[in-house]
Amino acid sequence: MTIGLENYLIVAAILFTLGIFGIFLNRKNVIIILMSIELMLLAVNINLVAFSVFLGNLIGQVFALFVLTVAAGEAAIGLAILVIYFRNRGTIAVEDISQMKG
Amino acid sequence: MIEVPALLPALPEIILAIGALALLMLGVFTGEKSLRTVSALAVLLLLAAAAAVLPGYRDTVVTFGGMFVSDSFGGFCKILILLGSALSIIISVDYLERENLKRFEYPVLIVLATLGMLMMVSSNDLIALYIGLETQSLALYVMAAFSRDSARSTEAGLKYFVLGALSSGMLLYGSSLIYGFTGGTSFSLIAAAVSGSGPVPIGVLLGLVFVMAGLAFKVSAVPFHMWTPDVYEGAPTPVTAFFAVAPKIAAMALLVRTMFGAFPEISDQWQQILVFLSIASMVVGAVFAIVQTNIKRLMAYSSIGHVGYALMGVATGTPDGVKSVLVYLAIYLAMNVGAFALIIAMRRKDGATESIADLAGLSRTRPAMAFALAIFMFSLAGIPPLAGFFGKFYVFIAAIEANLTFLAVIGALASAVSAFYYLRIVKVMYFDEPADAFDVNTGRGITAVATVSALVTLLFFVFPAPIVGAAAYAAQSLFQ
Repeated sequence: MTIGLENYLIVAAILFTLGIFGIFLNRKNVIIILMSIELMLLAVNINLVAFSVFLGNLIGQVFALFVLTVAAGEAAIGLAILVIYFRNRGTIAVEDISQMKG
Repeated sequence: MIEVPALLPALPEIILAIGALALLMLGVFTGEKSLRTVSALAVLLLLAAAAAVLPGYRDTVVTFGGMFVSDSFGGFCKILILLGSALSIIISVDYLERENLKRFEYPVLIVLATLGMLMMVSSNDLIALYIGLETQSLALYVMAAFSRDSARSTEAGLKYFVLGALSSGMLLYGSSLIYGFTGGTSFSLIAAAVSGSGPVPIGVLLGLVFVMAGLAFKVSAVPFHMWTPDVYEGAPTPVTAFFAVAPKIAAMALLVRTMFGAFPEISDQWQQILVFLSIASMVVGAVFAIVQTNIKRLMAYSSIGHVGYALMGVATGTPDGVKSVLVYLAIYLAMNVGAFALIIAMRRKDGATESIADLAGLSRTRPAMAFALAIFMFSLAGIPPLAGFFGKFYVFIAAIEANLTFLAVIGALASAVSAFYYLRIVKVMYFDEPADAFDVNTGRGITAVATVSALVTLLFFVFPAPIVGAAAYAAQSLFQ
């Protein structure tokens, strides 16, 4: 069996869906949400690199490098906000993030 | 020998990038006391960038290997964004000093976010679009959590971060599909790939839907609006004022640029999505605002409704529609900056207040402030002859001319419903028993900004020609 473009796209689609479900179904911990976001971005990278190889142009790989860089910055800012949130509330359970509603 | 791209079209962005770093160094070396100096310099920097937009305003130039486009559409939006950012710095400084948020990072973050916004409106490529959007978003996440000892502000920051990152993820997934099925990320290449006679590849349509979902998050269109009320309520009021103005304009301009730049030939595909987003935003913005008691939360639903009207103009897909969106954004800027300047001025001896009940009897304790706020509320409701009426008028006309009459009818109905809660604020100010008076010392910056924007809102009907003419010229540059 040869591994074609479809196989890569299916893997990426599954990972991306897992990431979205991880954000919405998880009621426990905000860190899991950060991991889910990372999973989504990495799924996109698989897509980009797979397309780049099968199309034979480099744009996708350049795009993937940019995504990696921005993802690192995003994770840093997310963790920083999480730390100051924990200082104020003493918890990072997802259910407790509900001071504002309506 | 490496060829250097033409840098001049990107002069405003370069000025902001270098200036932001210089301001950061200045702040680090002069310490905590430098908020006022850094803020004043940041305002000058933003105005200098706006002046740098003007020379290249009339020409369409593409540079950086086709990734960056400088045209009059971008120029118009850039000037609005830069004005919005500069005005939000001016109305913030007093508040930050009194609430013990005297940190020079505030104006620097605004400048960096503005840099991202300028890149967004000039992007001509999916990679440039993503980098501009993230430059803006990363600065905005930090600003939402700026009051780091307040549980509400940090909660707002966390919610904004999680939902913003989710929307960036969707936008990226869509971009990867569009790249894969068209073979490039440049808007002109995508437009050429989807303009053929055959059917559009399903992958491109799927990608387009994901990209639009991501952009709808950023303009806070229903059903992707759930972050807006919480972030507006939780973030410090000056940050909310900034969020309500500049990022909205930038995201709307980016949406227009992407739809008309990359997918002009398949407008029938994205028009239906925009019609749905527009109706949903107008209705939700009008209905959910009625029950609010916090004025910042009310302004959040108000801004969701206004995004609905602007999306109506985009949904037409015509030059007139784009013109009406640009006029709408310009008027939206004046109304919201003024209204938020007065919301920032809502403060008593014991601190800032943000409940609508605190405005009771304002006409007797602070007649000028009550009159100005009444002007903004009437204008937001779209009552003639104030500016807000003309914003809606141009959008409705464009919709009717594009055979979207039902959309204009729903817009008019939603506008009538939303008039209820805007007029309720006027009623509270003019007919209720006075509550405790506000602190009289509002600060010169807030007074000046509120006065100027009240005059613009009030007198727009006397001289609409310059703004409408500039918007029409800017809209044409997208259709060449």
